[in-house]
Amino acid sequence: MAIRNYLRQFLRDVRAQKLRLFLTVFGIVWGTAAVTLLLAFGEGLQKRVVRAQKGLGDAIVIAWPMRTTKPWEGLPRGRNLRMTEADVAALRSEVEEIDRISEEYARNRGRVGWGRKALSADIAGANTEFGEMRSLVPQEGGRWFNEQDLAERRRVVFLGDQLKRDLLGEGAEAVGESVRLDGTPFLVIGVLQTKDQDSSYSGRDKDKVFIPSTTFKAIYGPEEIDNFIFQVLDPLKVADAKRKVTETAARLHRFDPTDEEAIQMWDTTEGMKFLTTFFIAFRTFLGVVGALTLVVGGIGVSNIMNVAVEERTKEIGIKMALGARRRYVIGQFLFETLTITLAGGLLGFLTSWAICAVFPQLGLEDYVGTPVISAQVAGITTLVLGGIGLVAGYFPARTAASLRPVEALKM
Amino acid sequence: MNLFVGRNGKKNGQAAPSSPPPIIDMRGLRKVYDTGAIQVEALRGIELVVQPREFVAIVGPSGSGKSTLLNIVGCLDVPSEGSYRLDGEEVAELDLDELADIRNRKVGFVFQSFNLLPQITAYENVEMPLLFKGAGARERRERVGWLFEQVGLADRMRHKPTELSGGQMQRVAIARALACEPALILADEPTGNLDTSSGQDIMSLFEQLAEKGHTLVLITHDAALARRTRRIVRLQDGLIVEDGPVSRAA
Repeated sequence: MAIRNYLRQFLRDVRAQKLRLFLTVFGIVWGTAAVTLLLAFGEGLQKRVVRAQKGLGDAIVIAWPMRTTKPWEGLPRGRNLRMTEADVAALRSEVEEIDRISEEYARNRGRVGWGRKALSADIAGANTEFGEMRSLVPQEGGRWFNEQDLAERRRVVFLGDQLKRDLLGEGAEAVGESVRLDGTPFLVIGVLQTKDQDSSYSGRDKDKVFIPSTTFKAIYGPEEIDNFIFQVLDPLKVADAKRKVTETAARLHRFDPTDEEAIQMWDTTEGMKFLTTFFIAFRTFLGVVGALTLVVGGIGVSNIMNVAVEERTKEIGIKMALGARRRYVIGQFLFETLTITLAGGLLGFLTSWAICAVFPQLGLEDYVGTPVISAQVAGITTLVLGGIGLVAGYFPARTAASLRPVEALKM
Repeated sequence: MNLFVGRNGKKNGQAAPSSPPPIIDMRGLRKVYDTGAIQVEALRGIELVVQPREFVAIVGPSGSGKSTLLNIVGCLDVPSEGSYRLDGEEVAELDLDELADIRNRKVGFVFQSFNLLPQITAYENVEMPLLFKGAGARERRERVGWLFEQVGLADRMRHKPTELSGGQMQRVAIARALACEPALILADEPTGNLDTSSGQDIMSLFEQLAEKGHTLVLITHDAALARRTRRIVRLQDGLIVEDGPVSRAA
């Protein structure tokens, strides 16, 4: 009943004050679009950065055997730590926190040839679990190494996508082709699917070639591994796992188990942790900036409605004389404020949505990611908007309700 | 002077216990305006009783406290001191919302400047008190239609107030005042903004209402108008200085 009445009154005011109403609504549209877009771009950027971060590997630890830095049981410090596949096998069985582990051999500047063409590229030897840990996803029709490749020391190779392009050309089919690694023919079994990779420890994967570690050892003959990587799926157990890796290696190679320098470890989960914290702060900042813009819009609405209360003092007085309760008067102004806020919010939201829909066509995605209006963004925007609508409505409604009928009628 | 007022008020107030309560029953009513430095005593002890079906004029020069009395009678304001029973209900202690309800149910206002809302139709103006009362759509429709017939404006219901003459506007205002079947119709200089002939029409309408048994209180400074009622209460300096029936000698 009252709502219909409020609505009728509101529509009347809309007709009477078109420009004023437009400007007021525009303030809210602007503010809503600012909040929504800033949050959406924040989320888009975070997704892009996290994806690129995961290009190196999803929550992995890369470990390099180094030198001891503490004396131990009569042995001096400064001894080189030499680790082998047997150590990796020992770590796999003894450190129960580890879910996946792989040795890695590296050969810098190997010769990779196809037909008459030859390039220089880094060659890595790894096992079956390496592919998944390091986000080495094959393009369609290809595959990563399997157990048989390892067991039979097959001469199979997985190519980085850029290297494949450079060597065989853009359109050529690589799987099934034979390439030469330092003169030895290898069968191509897979090509890397293009991925974002922000960080690396031995060149980008797109420029590298990967062969089974057993094959690598058979051809190049190293005793020592260059490094190993492992993955702990439960993020809470990563620290324990790292400590146990050092302790286990210390027992096998006779060095101080507290010597954290003996095996240098790069824990990518720490980077991820930092990124998560950073983006919480970053998006909060963006959200606050947007919300402040919206607050300015809200102040505009509040201001306009306060003017409306003054203009309608007489009308309020008459209504009060006829028996309108304060609740009715407050309701009228809250209704109008919320209607303006809601309409502006909806328009702002649609604007943001349209901008997000068009954005991918601008070709800026590689730099700032794709803005996403997720449920979270929508939720936060709605909450901020609702809060602002209520606060903006509170003051005019209070002004209206505090009018005394006698004074209001005198106007 | 005080003695006179008091005696007069008490005489009228002590009606037989079985009869219906007076519409207006004011005892020792004071109203003080505190404007910081100065305190203005607008009403200094009003004793006034108006019985059902009475047609009373309250007269007095400006500054006599007429407007203040009107506001309190109409429950737009509350007294500083004393008691005011409207149709048997004590209103001196009510809060703003309770006063709003009392105004809605028991008082019908007719103002000098009509006080119709200009943006809505005459029909919607008359409907408004019924909306505040919470009447259903059907009841409102029937009641408003009937009221427009009573004031002779059935063909003007859908007009905006600005499209009506002064006399017609005041008729709409009277229809609005009658909407919730109030115990008291309170008119404040109802002909003040009208030409003579429209003013006469409006006064005739009031007389008809009085005939039909409505209780009317008319506030005016126009002696001729006051004489067309049945009782004149004269106010001066916040006190009732004269209260008696209108002599129909003329």
